[in-house]
Amino acid sequence: MNATALIAEDEPLLAANLQAELARAWPALRIVANVGHGAAAVEQALVQAPDVVFLDIRMPGMTGLEAAQVLAEEWPMQAPRPLPLLVFVTAYDQYALQAFDRAAIDYLVKPVRPERLAQACERLQAALTARQAPSANGAAPALLDATLAQLRQLLATPSLDGAAAPAAGPPSRLGVIQASVGNAIHMVPVDEVLYFEAADKYVRVITAQREYLIRTSLRELLPQLDLQRFWQVHRGTVVRADAIATAVRDESGKVQLSLRGHADKLVASRLYAHLFKAM
Amino acid sequence: MNAVFDPPGPSPVARRRSRFAMRGLRALLSCCAIALMLSSAMATPLWSTLVHSISIGMCCWLSIDVGRIPLARWQHRHAPPGSPEAQSQWPGWPLMTAAIVVGTVVGFSVGGAIAAQITGHAARGFIRGSIGQSIAVLIGALIPGLAITYYFYSRETIAAKEAAVQTAQRQAAERQLKLLESQLEPHMLFNTLANLRVMIGIDPPRAQAMLDRLIDFLRATLSGSRASQHPLAEEFARLDDYLALMKIRMGERLQTQFELPPELAATPVPSLLLQPLVENCIRHGLEPKVGGGRIAVGAAREGDTLVLRVRDSGTGLAGPALDGTRFGLVQVRERLAGLYGSNASLTLQDAGDAEGGTLAVVRLPLATAATGAP
Repeated sequence: MNATALIAEDEPLLAANLQAELARAWPALRIVANVGHGAAAVEQALVQAPDVVFLDIRMPGMTGLEAAQVLAEEWPMQAPRPLPLLVFVTAYDQYALQAFDRAAIDYLVKPVRPERLAQACERLQAALTARQAPSANGAAPALLDATLAQLRQLLATPSLDGAAAPAAGPPSRLGVIQASVGNAIHMVPVDEVLYFEAADKYVRVITAQREYLIRTSLRELLPQLDLQRFWQVHRGTVVRADAIATAVRDESGKVQLSLRGHADKLVASRLYAHLFKAM
Repeated sequence: MNAVFDPPGPSPVARRRSRFAMRGLRALLSCCAIALMLSSAMATPLWSTLVHSISIGMCCWLSIDVGRIPLARWQHRHAPPGSPEAQSQWPGWPLMTAAIVVGTVVGFSVGGAIAAQITGHAARGFIRGSIGQSIAVLIGALIPGLAITYYFYSRETIAAKEAAVQTAQRQAAERQLKLLESQLEPHMLFNTLANLRVMIGIDPPRAQAMLDRLIDFLRATLSGSRASQHPLAEEFARLDDYLALMKIRMGERLQTQFELPPELAATPVPSLLLQPLVENCIRHGLEPKVGGGRIAVGAAREGDTLVLRVRDSGTGLAGPALDGTRFGLVQVRERLAGLYGSNASLTLQDAGDAEGGTLAVVRLPLATAATGAP
């Protein structure tokens, strides 16, 4: 078995070091790519389909965690290889470490110590062997589900982007969206919003009547929404739960959503498909 | 004026009550002392004198100490609610004197009647043979009231001032700690150490040079909160240390540029004033940008003003959300205001050229030396 890995680390010295340490700890592991930011990590992982991806948490553009989310959502189900095993790498972040421990996801702390790395490699080798055993073929979906559950738990941890300590208090609830249209500000009650969709640096706000563009990110908007009523169903989509009419699961694990009083069809990603189960 | 300052601890109401009780106790002790003096000076029976003194004294104290509260409310009726003024129970000396006169008359009358009931021996009130005599007695009676009021007033003013000084000291210490925490951001420190550890293995001389820079930066940071000023050249050298460490981490993604006219090299500036601004460039401007960019730090003289510019070619102010605290900017503004008042300023704007990014401009007076604490 010749395992492959991808390293995503924005600090060149540390990337080179991790590669060198890996060569010592796991000589058979082949590094297929060494990339410096999250978007490149996703792109290369999808192309190269490595067995393992080492993801630095704090990277420019897209954090390691966001990259993992995109990877889990975009990974083709019919691919010859299953979703790579994920190992997060972080320099210092007590919140992150607690979150990783809770989610039982593997992580390395920079600077990477040889003993700790050897331990991680052993675990990865064991997981890869288990995955390739003929008896595990039926268990592949279960393994994927476990990884998705771990990722969900990580993503639910506030401030895991390594950006800052958790905010002091709960942010206030948004009642009205103030959207500028021409030179007027439209006051859109949150209750009328069918769904929010991320669009680059903006968020599209869709109501039954029309749509607005607001200059904020979905990440900033999310903490201000009542998450009992507004469900995140995709990394870029938040939908009002009672506006959903039906949810139909396809064979790739994604869920098609149709809305009440609106023709748009939305997709709930694999990561959030668990929300739609019969009572 | 009587500054009412609220140090932390028990609630204002609880503290107010305990101070009231303490004043009562002191007033009681004063009454006993007066009774002892009167009794020995005029050879009156101690028991009866004590009852009269305590009864009259405590009635005076009660009516003065309680009577001043509505007066204080009236005096501060225009103060905004919740302000120290509005909560003050000190009505000012003119009204307080009136309160003492009225309180003394009321206290004498009521207290005298009570004492007479207890001892069966009525003291003579203010009504004497002539008006002159009555006034003389009244003035005599006012002296202890005034003296005790003055004593209480100065005591509590001093206590309030001490509390204010303590609070200010505590706040300064907290600010210093927060400044230190922001300069020694753990993520930066641990990443730098991780890089140094790697470099020791592959390029020991460069690792030593970088470690020296880290040492200089740490020394400046740790003493910077105490030493208030250093020359501009020194400031630039420390920023260069910081950025050199960042360069190891970011590699080609970070370029730096310093521009210091020789005639400004010795100009004293608050130590590490610009460090939070440079850190912001890295954190909010260049770190999130995939391609990285450039940081330029420059100094120039415009008349009597020293103009310091820190710019980056990063994501700019409209870029991904700042993580909210804005502590760096607030801290620089507070330091400038503390040292130069309204003569210094910090502005933050989009760099406004093709390269994009953010420009921070600090202006401070050149001629006058800074005064006050950092």
